[in-house]
Amino acid sequence: MTPPQMLPTTPGERPAAYRPDLLLALYERMVRIREFEEGVKFLFLEGTMPGTIHQCQGQEATAVGVCAALREDDFITSTFRGHGHALAKGLSVQELLDELFGATTGCCRGKGGSMHVGNMAKGMVPGIAIVGGGIPVAAGMALAFRMQRTARVVACFFGDGAVSEGAFHEGVNMAAIWNLPVIFVCENNLYGASTHVSQVMRDTHIARRVSSSYGIRADRVDGNEVLAVYATAQSAVAQCRAGNGPVFLELLTYRLTGHSRRDPCHYQPKDEREAWAAKDPIRRFEVTLKSQGLSDDASLEAVKTRIRREFEAAAAVARRQPLPTTQDLTTDVFA
Amino acid sequence: MNPMTPRRLGIAEALREAIGEEMARDARVFCLGEDIAVPGGWGGAFTVTLGLEKQFPDRLINTPIAELGFFGMACGAAMAGMRPIADVQYGDFLLLAADQIINNIAKMRYMSGGQVTLPLVMRAPVGATGRGSQHAQNLERYFTGVPGLKVVAVSNAYDAKGILKAAVRDDNPVMIFEHKLLYGSKGPRSEPGAVDATSDIPEGDYTVPLHQAAVRREGSDVTILAWLLMLHYSLQAAERLAAEGISAEVIDVRSLSPLDLVTIGGSVRKTGRVVIVEEGPKTGGVSAEIAAGLMEHCGDYLQAPVSRVASADVPVPFSPVLENAYRPDVPRIVEAARLLAS
Repeated sequence: MTPPQMLPTTPGERPAAYRPDLLLALYERMVRIREFEEGVKFLFLEGTMPGTIHQCQGQEATAVGVCAALREDDFITSTFRGHGHALAKGLSVQELLDELFGATTGCCRGKGGSMHVGNMAKGMVPGIAIVGGGIPVAAGMALAFRMQRTARVVACFFGDGAVSEGAFHEGVNMAAIWNLPVIFVCENNLYGASTHVSQVMRDTHIARRVSSSYGIRADRVDGNEVLAVYATAQSAVAQCRAGNGPVFLELLTYRLTGHSRRDPCHYQPKDEREAWAAKDPIRRFEVTLKSQGLSDDASLEAVKTRIRREFEAAAAVARRQPLPTTQDLTTDVFA
Repeated sequence: MNPMTPRRLGIAEALREAIGEEMARDARVFCLGEDIAVPGGWGGAFTVTLGLEKQFPDRLINTPIAELGFFGMACGAAMAGMRPIADVQYGDFLLLAADQIINNIAKMRYMSGGQVTLPLVMRAPVGATGRGSQHAQNLERYFTGVPGLKVVAVSNAYDAKGILKAAVRDDNPVMIFEHKLLYGSKGPRSEPGAVDATSDIPEGDYTVPLHQAAVRREGSDVTILAWLLMLHYSLQAAERLAAEGISAEVIDVRSLSPLDLVTIGGSVRKTGRVVIVEEGPKTGGVSAEIAAGLMEHCGDYLQAPVSRVASADVPVPFSPVLENAYRPDVPRIVEAARLLAS
C-alpha cells in the first residue's frame, strides 16, 4: 500500500483535490482495521485466542486519519484499545496477530499482548493500558525530539475517559508551557468503559475546556469523517513541526462493539447506537468514493474480500507460530 | 590547589559534580525536577543542582509541581534516546509518580519484548528529619520489589558521585535513594542533626558499581547490615561494641535491588550472626527481604536467629521525642549486636 503521507496534499484541500490513490489507501487502511477486529472477535469466540481484547470497530477513521498525516519516523502512543492505531501506523497484520496469540514472532515477542502492541522501529510505543498514562510519556518523547533538534512529532491517542485523570492535566500542561511538538488525540466515543461522558464532566465539550484551560489550539472534529480527521491532523502536525505545538484534537466517534470481549453494551441506548451505526466511517467514506466516481460497489467489495483473505491467511500462520519457552520468562527485564 | 590533593566534598556537592560532568560528557543527559533551575533559587530541595542551570540552561528543566507528569516525561524522553535524571524534592512524592515508575518505566522493556531501552535515573531523598509524617518516609521498600528497577542507596560522597555516574551510564532505570541528614547541604538548606558523610573525592572520572555491597569495617563476631543514615549509626555502634570486646563487621548494603548476597552472605558465613538495621517500619521492610535471602543463601551458617533493628510500625511522628524513638539509634543497635554475640 502506498504510504498516504508520501502524497502531495496540503491542509484545507477539498476531498476532490486529494489524489485518488490517497483516498483509496485511506479506505483500504480503514477496511484492514475493521476486518482485523471482526476476525479477531471471531477467533476469541471460537476460543483459540488467549487473553482479553478491546476493539475499535466504528473508530477506524480516527486512527487512519491521524496516522496518515504522520511520517514513518514520527511516533504514536496508544492505549489498551490499540489494534487500529497499530495498523494505521504501519504495523503488519501478521505481527499483531502473532502477538495476540502470544507467539515469539509477535511485535512484542509475546510479552505484551493485545493491550501493549507496538513496534518502536515503526514509530509506535507499546500500548500503555493505564488510562492517561501515555499522555506524559508522549510529551516526554516530544521534549526529546525537540532537544535532539529534529522535526519529529508525537501523536498521543487516548479516550474521553483519560480527560479525568491527573496525568492528562499534568502532561497537557507541560506540553503547553514548553510548546512541545505533540498532537493530543482524544477519541471521544462517549463512554469511559460503561460510564457516559456526561456523568464525569459538567462541560462535555472537551476541546473548549482544553482551549480555555491550557491556552492551546483545540479542535473538535467529526471523527467518523476520515478526510476531516486527515485535514485537521495535517494542519496540527504542520503546526507542531513548525515549533508551535502542542495541538489538541477532540474526535467525535463511537464504539460499535463492547468495551472488552464480554461486554454486550446494554448501557448504550438503542437509538443512540443506531444513529451512530448510520454514521459508520467506512460506509460514509464509501459514499464519498462512489460519488467521486473512484469506486463502485463491486470494486469496494473486492477490496474487502482481498483484505479478508489476507487476514485469514495471516491467522492461519499465526496459529502455528512458535510459542515462548520457559527460558524466555526472565529475558528482556534489563538491557 | 594541588591537583593531586583529594578534595573533601559532601554528598550534595558530589552529586552536583557528577551531574555536571555527565552532562558535559554526554549531550543526551538532562535533569527534570521541581525548583532545580531557578536563578537565585535553591538548586532543588537540597542544593544538589545549585548553579548547574548557568552551565546547562537548556538541560535543566524546571517543572511544575507535577511528579506523575514529569516522571512520565522522563520515561518518554528516555525511550526517545535521551538519558534523563528526574528527582523528587522528598521521597514521599514518589508515590505520586508511582504509576509511571512502576507501570511504565519498570515494565516497558519487558512488555515490549526488549524493543525499548530506558536509561533513566531517579533520585529521592528519604529519612525522618523533623518534618512530620509526609516528608519523612523511607520509600526503599516500595520499589525494591519491582522487577525492572535497580535500587541503590548512597551513604557517602565518594559513592554518591560514582554511583550517580554509573547510573547515568546504565541502560536501565535506576532509583537512587539519598538521606536528608547526609547531604552536607550548606547555608539555609543545612539540616539539624546532620551526620558527616563527606569523602575525599579524587580528580578525574570514576564510577562505583550499582550491584555491590561494601564492607565498611571488618570484624569477626557479628555482621551489621545497614544503609544510608543507619550505616553511620552502625559504624558508631561498632566502635562502642569494640570497647566491649565485640568485633562487629559493618556492611553498607548499598545495592538494595538486586541484593549483593555474595558479599553479605560471605560476611555472615564468617561471623554466623547478623543484625539488619533499617530506618522505616519493621513490617514489610527491605530488612525482611535481606533476612529471607540470607536464610536461603547461607542459613546453615547462622549460629543465632537473624536480628532486626527497625522503626515501629507507625507513621513518622513529629515531636522530637517521638521521632527519636521511631528512628533506630546507636544504643539499640549496640544492644541487638551484644545480645547476639554474647
